[in-house]
Amino acid sequence: MSVLAYESTPEKATAKKARSVEPSGSRPTRYLDPGRIILYSVLFVAAVYYLLPLYVMVMTSMKGLPEIRMGNIFSPPMEITFQHWVKAWDSACTGLYCEGLKVGFWNSVKITVPSVIMSIAIASVNGYALSHWRFKGSEVFFTILIFGSFIPYQVMLYPLVIITRELGIFGSLSAVVFVHTIFGMPILTLLFRNYFASLPPELLSAARVDGAGFWGIFFKILIPMSVPIFMVAVIMQITGIWNDFLFGTIFAGIKNFPMTVQLNNIVNTTQGVKEYNVNMASTILTGAVPLCIYVLSGKYFVRGIAAGAVKG
Amino acid sequence: MNSIEIKKLGLRFGEVEVLKNLNLDIHDGEFLVLLGSSGCGKSTLLNCIAGLLELSEGQIHIKDRNVTWEEPKDRGIGMVFQSYALYPQMSVRGNLSFGLKNAGVPKAEIEKRISKASEMLQIEQLLDRKPAALSGGQRQRVAIGRALVRDAEVFLFDEPLSNLDAKLRTDLRVEIKRLHQRLGNTMIYVTHDQIEAMTLADRIAVMRGGKIVQLAPPTELYNKPVNKYIAGFIGSPAMNFLKGILHGGDQPYFIVEDSKFPLNGYEFDGPVPEEAEAYLGVRPEHVVIGAEAEASVAHHSVEVEVVEPMGSDTLVWTQLCGQHFRVRVDGQSELKVGDTLEIGFDPSKASLFHAQTEERL
Amino acid sequence: MQAAKRPNPLFKNLQAKIAAIPMIAVTLIVFLGCSIWTVVYSFTKSRALPLEEFVGFYQYERLFKTSRWLISLENIAIYGIFSLILTFVIGFTLAALIDQKIRFENTFRTIILYPFALSFIVTGVVWQWILDPTLGIQHSMQALGWESFQLDLIADRDLVIFALLIAGLWQGTGFAMVLMLAGIRGIDGEIWKASRIDGIPTWKTYLFVVIPMMRGVMVTTLVIIAAGIVKLYDLVVAMTNGGPGIASEVPAKYVYDFMFARANLGQGLAASTIMLTTVLIILIPWIYLEYGNKKQKS
Repeated sequence: MSVLAYESTPEKATAKKARSVEPSGSRPTRYLDPGRIILYSVLFVAAVYYLLPLYVMVMTSMKGLPEIRMGNIFSPPMEITFQHWVKAWDSACTGLYCEGLKVGFWNSVKITVPSVIMSIAIASVNGYALSHWRFKGSEVFFTILIFGSFIPYQVMLYPLVIITRELGIFGSLSAVVFVHTIFGMPILTLLFRNYFASLPPELLSAARVDGAGFWGIFFKILIPMSVPIFMVAVIMQITGIWNDFLFGTIFAGIKNFPMTVQLNNIVNTTQGVKEYNVNMASTILTGAVPLCIYVLSGKYFVRGIAAGAVKG
Repeated sequence: MNSIEIKKLGLRFGEVEVLKNLNLDIHDGEFLVLLGSSGCGKSTLLNCIAGLLELSEGQIHIKDRNVTWEEPKDRGIGMVFQSYALYPQMSVRGNLSFGLKNAGVPKAEIEKRISKASEMLQIEQLLDRKPAALSGGQRQRVAIGRALVRDAEVFLFDEPLSNLDAKLRTDLRVEIKRLHQRLGNTMIYVTHDQIEAMTLADRIAVMRGGKIVQLAPPTELYNKPVNKYIAGFIGSPAMNFLKGILHGGDQPYFIVEDSKFPLNGYEFDGPVPEEAEAYLGVRPEHVVIGAEAEASVAHHSVEVEVVEPMGSDTLVWTQLCGQHFRVRVDGQSELKVGDTLEIGFDPSKASLFHAQTEERL
Repeated sequence: MQAAKRPNPLFKNLQAKIAAIPMIAVTLIVFLGCSIWTVVYSFTKSRALPLEEFVGFYQYERLFKTSRWLISLENIAIYGIFSLILTFVIGFTLAALIDQKIRFENTFRTIILYPFALSFIVTGVVWQWILDPTLGIQHSMQALGWESFQLDLIADRDLVIFALLIAGLWQGTGFAMVLMLAGIRGIDGEIWKASRIDGIPTWKTYLFVVIPMMRGVMVTTLVIIAAGIVKLYDLVVAMTNGGPGIASEVPAKYVYDFMFARANLGQGLAASTIMLTTVLIILIPWIYLEYGNKKQKS
């Protein structure tokens, strides 16, 4: 009995083997791998969470007030209208003034453009000096600068108010540009320093043998080959400065308030009826500039984050 | 006349002494190679000569002019770097002309020099390309061209061939040698590759620990290394060393364990010590086998342990008196592991080094 | 022989020194000078304007007797702890998921990161609206028939800080995700081959092999996020303005209000000095670690 059973086993095995398909060629793809399904479901849920506020913002901005009060925030508008966007741009009220967000928009432009140019001009030269022309003490200053970037702004606010007042620029566009240039310096200097330091030092040696000096090397050799890092810096600074609230409130003065400050004033004004649709339209308009930059420059934006995180 | 004189040069980075009291005279039109393993200070020395590093002590003269504190551009040098260091955003023409433009050389003259250099290096058809569109060998030609157009007195090469693959390296090596023969400039060439050094140099300066250990023509370096380090560094496959006792007198001989090696014909560097611990250095290619071995003064029987055929010749690993010993034999030999081999060598071609100081005896 | 004069070391590298003047000025005057000024004047009686009348620790004593300050501290502590933990967990999980060679990787990454490009003001305003107890999610859910649905964090004194947390995480997790993804991708691919041959499950490889190798990225993320938490201000202003009552006040807002709205400079300066101290407590171990490592390397 047992011998029989023993004998039959190999036979069975070969029979089974013959019937099943021998693995050969490329592995068959499993389209419905349960792990993958879970993976995509989780990511899908996450995407919904991240997209939800944007969706709500857009939907609300296109509804009338009665519809907002009656319906739910997720439902699409019964009839699409952009009149609240127009109102937000042109005639929304902040306190006593009813000139809309356009004032803030242009103020933000007037703040952002010179701040971006100033901060990048100064920081790129700094980064260059720190990467290839180190001098005694340069690393010490750089270390203080980097750790300085972690000091809460609140600590330095009041003295800066005094400084800008002494300089006679407090409450003006120059003051905000000044402050943005200062606080943009640590991260930008780090960014440029690390980038320039990653270039082969032999290149600079070659340029020195060829008779180029400090500025010659910077303008003729380094800048032309560093366009991507300048892009990263520009994007980082535009979004950062556009989104600033604190410095705008304190240093710009009422008539120069940037868009973010104005948005906050429109939304959180205690007077009158709360116009949720106009509020959301204002929010979209304020977020539109950095959002557009983000979408158009995804790669550089991500690189900016990564570059900021790499310590030198 | 000397082209370059380096006097008592010292360089410190903080506490670390990189170069110590270094003296070096380089003749006009000489091809001098600075050879050493990484960290020996050879590139540092070259950078000091170029003016890219500031020395802490001493002087550098180029063509009888004290250039110790001069900027690189004013020293009359051209330099070629290991990583080519071409300006990536400029065309080849732009790369070649950048230095001349900075120096305010007239346009016509720039054109003339570029066409001469590019013809010499056969890069005429590449002039309008960007460096990214060039192969490694082409890039290094352009880098050499950039030094060439400067009409420099002295050419400095900082490991120019290290980034190239083996075949290109040999090709460009010959080309650099041709260039030197044609131009007759002084050239200083840094490398860690002893074959490059041997093939190119009029004289080689072997550096170690920030000092020049031996400055000599290649053959002298090969035949009479001043210490055990150089003996092991120069030559491939490396020299065999047997540790034993040297007995002086009229008929000096060397004892390893129970075996005696007569040293007939060995030229001692100084007075022969009575008895001293020492290393006997024998190059694998100086070992003879078979009948030839039996005819030589010192011959022994050894067993073949490993055979490494390399085509032109074969390297045989054996043990001699309990110490590793390599023998270079003809590539056609059919030795097998376990074979017994009769070996011998000519003591006049060997080297002896003191066991403690490792200096040549 | 020419006896050229050795150049004066002060003028060595002169151009670089000139180029670095703005940086030197900023470090000395702003980062050091202004901070020291603030610390010094926090020991004075300053009210509307800075006064040089020193009163010892008076401002600090008052500060720690003020319930608004104490609530601010409590809030930032709760927000900070939850924010740190959740940002790390969510950020890493998302990064690990996105690392699974998925399709539409770019789309997912873009969606998760876009809030980071927005201003805290925008974030605050949007979430204020979504969480609005009368017209937001709660209202919608109840209108859809889920009568018992409750989500009125923003109006609840005890829970309002979690409303801020939801908004803060929405904005900040994408940033952590990008950093961690860069960290994961920065790890040598052969580690994955080795663990696959050893038959280690993917999640275990992440947990026991990848995370320990990402120490650098983790520390950087930690420091950046922590420093950001201390600065938390805009979001509160836009979303709750400290309310209901003073239930969602935070230290940065306290400083601003006392300095610029209430003309009580001494309090503002003392509060900002406490903020500075907190940051130093976070930073010093990090600096120590960094420098310790550098010394070991050299």
